[in-house]
Amino acid sequence: MQALYAQLLVGLINGSFYALLSLGLAVIFGMLNIINFAHGALYMMGAFVAYFLLNNDYLSIGYWPALIVAPIVVGIFGMILERTMLQWLTGLDHLYGLLLTFGIALIVQGVFQNYFGSSGMPYAIPDQLKGGMNLGFMFLPIYRGWVVIFSLVVCIATWFLIEKTRLGAYLRAATENPTLVRAFGVNVPRMITLTYGLGVGLAALAGVLSAPINQVRPLMGADLIIVVFAVVVIGGMGSIMGSIITGFALGVIEGMTKYFYPEASNTVVFVLMVLVLLVKPTGLTGRAA
Amino acid sequence: MMTKSIASFLLGTALAVTTAGAAFAQDKTVKIGALSDQSGLYADLGGPGSTLAAQMAVEDSGLAAKGWKIDIISGDHQNKPDIGTAIARQWFDVDKVDIIVDVPNSGVALAVNNIVKEKNGVYINSGAATSDLTNAQCSPNTVHWTYDTYMLAHTTGQALVKAGGDTWFFLTADYAFGAALERDTTSVITANGGKVIGGVKHPLNTPDFSSFLLQAQASKAKVIGLANAGGDTTNTIKQAAEFGIVKGGQKLAALLLFLTDVKAIGLETAQGLNFTETFYWDMNDQTRAFSKRFAEKMKSNAPPTMVQAGVYAGVRHYFKALESLGGNPHDGAKVVEKMKSMPTEDDLFGKGEIQPNGRTIHNAYLFEVKKPSESKGPWDFYKLVGTVSGDQAFTPLSESKCALLKK
Repeated sequence: MQALYAQLLVGLINGSFYALLSLGLAVIFGMLNIINFAHGALYMMGAFVAYFLLNNDYLSIGYWPALIVAPIVVGIFGMILERTMLQWLTGLDHLYGLLLTFGIALIVQGVFQNYFGSSGMPYAIPDQLKGGMNLGFMFLPIYRGWVVIFSLVVCIATWFLIEKTRLGAYLRAATENPTLVRAFGVNVPRMITLTYGLGVGLAALAGVLSAPINQVRPLMGADLIIVVFAVVVIGGMGSIMGSIITGFALGVIEGMTKYFYPEASNTVVFVLMVLVLLVKPTGLTGRAA
Repeated sequence: MMTKSIASFLLGTALAVTTAGAAFAQDKTVKIGALSDQSGLYADLGGPGSTLAAQMAVEDSGLAAKGWKIDIISGDHQNKPDIGTAIARQWFDVDKVDIIVDVPNSGVALAVNNIVKEKNGVYINSGAATSDLTNAQCSPNTVHWTYDTYMLAHTTGQALVKAGGDTWFFLTADYAFGAALERDTTSVITANGGKVIGGVKHPLNTPDFSSFLLQAQASKAKVIGLANAGGDTTNTIKQAAEFGIVKGGQKLAALLLFLTDVKAIGLETAQGLNFTETFYWDMNDQTRAFSKRFAEKMKSNAPPTMVQAGVYAGVRHYFKALESLGGNPHDGAKVVEKMKSMPTEDDLFGKGEIQPNGRTIHNAYLFEVKKPSESKGPWDFYKLVGTVSGDQAFTPLSESKCALLKK
C-alpha cells in the first residue's frame, strides 16, 4: 500500500509536465486553431536556454532567473514564428498548421542535434531545492515536490487568465468572431501573436523545470510530445481545464502502470486515447468542432 | 562429336578459371556500410562518430595509394530491427555493400546478423552488447569486436558481488540487449553466491525512471543493476541521485557505461561509479594520438568511445585480411575466416585474436569515474582500477554454444 502512495505521487510529478505542456497546446489550439507540433521543440529550447544562461563565458545566470528569462526568450522566438509563418495559415485546414509546425520542430531539433549530439548536457538542481524529505512511505526529492506545486500554480493562473479576466474574455471573443472584435478597436492579430507567445512560453517553462530532472538534450521534446498530444486529445482539444486535469490524471495512470505492468507504461496513454475516442470523439471535456 | 565436346568443355573451364582469377586478383573495390543509430539515444556512442572511425580506418590503411577503391555509406536504423534489416538488404542487393560495421542496439544487431549471413557479407559489430552474436546465434560472417554482455557481467558484475553486493535488483531495458545482460549477470551473481531479489523491465528510451527507482529502493537490494544503456542509463543514474539511492546505502551497478554517458551525467553525479570498457582515449600515447585526430574531426570535439574505436580497429583488421588475400573476393565467409586466422593488433586495443566463434579477445579495463577535483580536462573522466585479460573477461570456448565450434 505504501508503495502505491509513492507511485501516485511520482505519477503526479510526471503529470505536471503533461499538464503544463498540454495546457500550452490547448491555449494555442483554442485561440489560434493551430495544432502546434513544434511544442516539443520549444520545450527543448526552454531547457537549452536555461543551460546557456548558466554555462556561458560572460555571466552565469542560475535556475531562478532562468524560470523567467527562458520562457520570455523562447516566447519571443515563438512570436517571430507566428508573425513570419503561422499567421498566413489563418482560415486554412488544420493540416497545414500541423505540417508547418512539424517541419519547424524537425528543423529546430536537427540544428540542436548537429551541435550538441544526442546524449545531452547535465544541469544541476539548484542548491535551495537539493536533497529530499522522508515522507514515511517514500523519499521525496524536494525538487520534484517543487515541480508539482509550481506547475499547479501556473496551470491555475493560466486558466484564470483566460477564463475569468477581461483580457481572457477579449481573447475568447476574438476566436469566436475576429471581425466583430476588431470593430470594437481591439488589435486582434497582435493578441493572437501574444497568445501564441504565451503558449510557447508555457512550453519553455516546462523545459526549464525538467532540465534538472532529465538531460538537456535535443530530442527531449520529441520523446514527450506524442504523449502530450494524446493527453490533449483525451482531454478534448482546446479545453483549458480539461487539459490540466487530464495531464495530471494521465501522469498518475502511467505511474500506476509502471508499478503493475511496467512493459506497457509507454503505451497505456495511447490505449486510453483509443478508448476515449471510441466513446467520446470530442474528448472528455471537449466541445464539438 | 566427342572431340568437340571435350574442346568446348576445356574452353569453358579455361574461361571460367581466367575470369574468376581476374576478378579475384584485380578486384580491389570495397564498399563499407556503417549502420547505426544516427539520431537517437545511442547516436553519440556510435552514430556519426562510427562512420568517421571507419573513414579514418580507410585513410590510415593507405590502401587508396595501392590502387584500392573504397567507399563508405552510412545508414540510420533508428533502433528498429525492421528498418535495420531493410537497409541491410538494400545495401547488399542494390548498393553492393561488402561489409556492415557498428550496429549498436542488440535487437537490430541480431536481425542484421541473419541478413549478413544470408547474403554472405562481412559483419563487424562493435556497438551491440548481446553475447548471443558469438554464442547461440553465431555466424561464419560475423566478428563481434568491442565488448559483450558476458564480458560486462564477468568484470563489473563479478567485482561488485565479490565486494559484498550479494543481493541484486535489476532495471532492465525491455529488449534483446537488456535481457542478455540481465541473464549473463544473473548467472555470475548466482555462481558467486549472490541472489537476484527482483527487477523491472522498462521500455527502451524512458525519460522518467522515478517509479522504477522507487521499486528498486523498496526492494532493499544491496546492488541495483542497470541492464540498460545510453540515455536510459544516464537518466537512471541522474534520477537515482535525486532519490538518494546511493546515499541510502544501495550501490548502483552501471553494467554498461560509455564515455559520452559520463559526460552527459556530469562528474558531480557520476563520480565513484565503477564500470568496464575495453578502450579509453587516455590509455597510452597511441590512443591519445588517435583520439586527438578523431576529436578534431568530430563536430562536438569528443574523443572516440569504445564503440567507435572498435569500428576503427575492426575495419583496419578487415583490410589486413583483404590485403593478404590479394583482393576482395566478395565472399564474406572467406574474408572472415582469413580475419580469424590472423592475430589482431592495433594502436587502440593492443594485441588480441578473433576466436572461431567470431569473438574478438582483448583486455578489458575496470574504471572508476573521477571526482570533479581530479579531472584535468574536458574529457578527463576515468581512473584505471584494474585490468582483466581477454581470456578471463570473455566467454571461454568451452562454454560457447556456437554451432561453428562443433565442426
